[in-house]
Order: sequence, then C-alpha cells, then structure tokens
Amino acid sequence: MRATSLDWPIPFNVLGINLTAFMTFLLICSSVTMVKALEWLGKGDRIRCRWFLFFTALGGAIFVSLQAYEWSKLIREGLHINGNPWGASLFGTSFFIVTGFHGLHVTGGVIYLLSIIRYVTNRLDPAASYNAVEITGLYWHFVDLVWIMVFTFMYLL
Amino acid sequence: MAATTAHKHPNYMAIFWYLAALTVTELAVIFMPLPKLTIGVLLVALALGKAAMVAMYFMHLRFETRTLGLIAVTPLVIATLLVFVVLPDGFAVDHQTAVKKPAAHAPAKH
Repeated sequence: MRATSLDWPIPFNVLGINLTAFMTFLLICSSVTMVKALEWLGKGDRIRCRWFLFFTALGGAIFVSLQAYEWSKLIREGLHINGNPWGASLFGTSFFIVTGFHGLHVTGGVIYLLSIIRYVTNRLDPAASYNAVEITGLYWHFVDLVWIMVFTFMYLL
Repeated sequence: MAATTAHKHPNYMAIFWYLAALTVTELAVIFMPLPKLTIGVLLVALALGKAAMVAMYFMHLRFETRTLGLIAVTPLVIATLLVFVVLPDGFAVDHQTAVKKPAAHAPAKH
C-alpha cells in the first residue's frame, strides 16, 4: 500500500517517534524480565520468578496505557480510520488496524501473565510450572517481535 | 520447547543491549542523508536482525532442533512470496486519495 500510494504521509513526521521509541524500549525491557522469570524458575526460585512475571505484566500495562494516550492524541489531531488531513486515507486505516491488533495482543498478554503468576503461586514445585511459564514467554516474546516489525513498517519507513 | 529445564541460558543482558543499540541505530538511519531506497533497505535489515535476535535467544530457537527452526521460518518465506504475488495489483493503478474539486459552474445558457 505504502509503495504504491502517491500521497502516503511520511509516518514519523505525522506520528512522532519519541514516544514509540520509548515504548519499543519498554517492550524490550519486558522481554528481558520475562526471560529472567523463566531463568529464576529454572533455578527453583518461585518468588523471584513471580516478581519478574509481575514486572513483565507491568511493562505491558504501561505500553498499552501509552498507546491509548498516543491514539487519543492522534485522533484529536485528525487521524481517523477513514481519513486524515495529511494524505492517503489508508494511512489511518492501516495504522489503527495494525497497532490496534497489536494492542489487543499486548492486553491479552498482560492478562495471561497475571494468570500465570497465580499458576506459579499455586504450585509449590517449580518444575511443575516451568513449561507453562516457558509457553507464556514464547507468547510474550512474539508480542515484542511483532512490535519490532510494526515500529519499523508503521513508524519509520 | 524442551520439556525440562535443560535450556542453555544466553547472556540476556548482552542481547538486551544489542537490541537497544539496534533501535537507536534505526532512529539514526531515518535522519541520515541517504537515498530513500537505501534507508528502506537498512531499516528492514535492522528490523529483521532484531526480530532474529528475539527469536533465537529470547525464544530459545537457537537451542532447539533444526526442524523447529524450519517450521518457524517457512511461514515467513510464504508471506514474502505473498507480498510479491499481490505487488502487481498495487502498481496497476496510481493510488491517490481523491480530492474532489467542486464542479465548475457551466455558463448559463441563454
């Protein structure tokens, strides 16, 4: 769409990238806390594992909050799903659909992480919850991986 | 994913710093006085590098079997092919958001 449009706005001029660069950094940090949670669980430390899972969920919650702030700011400036003052109407459409679905992915991840903290709490043997935490980690890192692409293709290119 | 805790754990902090450095590089690239195509290629390469690091080290794909790696890569190849399949449709017509000008009033016929 971007390559074939004659009036596609330059995204980083319209969207602003300072906030999203920080959001990218935040997701990278939350990926680190996620691997640390798994690492501590592997060492048998459920308490530290739960703390790191909590920090991961917190990172995700802050990310979604910042995205809500960004959306409301852009909507006030005129970016809508069916049009915008800067050019191709598909710019707004693709922006809201792509970042919206990613936001849903993050929200689902936060809920998933909070429920997995409870799962770890209820199992006294760390080995009993290792696989569940590792699968949660795969979900969460995929959230990060997708955002890396979204950041590049929606904001920078 | 292994069923045991036998995973090797890479230096996660080193990966974190690499990812942060690559993000800063991406931000620097968009302001460089380079041709648009070069900037695009650089940004895509940097993004793929970051995604590969997350998949290989955070998602532990580096320590899994080759088959699992192939399973992860296959959809990416198919998705890339799909882009090239739909690309001709995109270039078939010039897309520009129509700015409809009010029709000029025809001179009244007397």
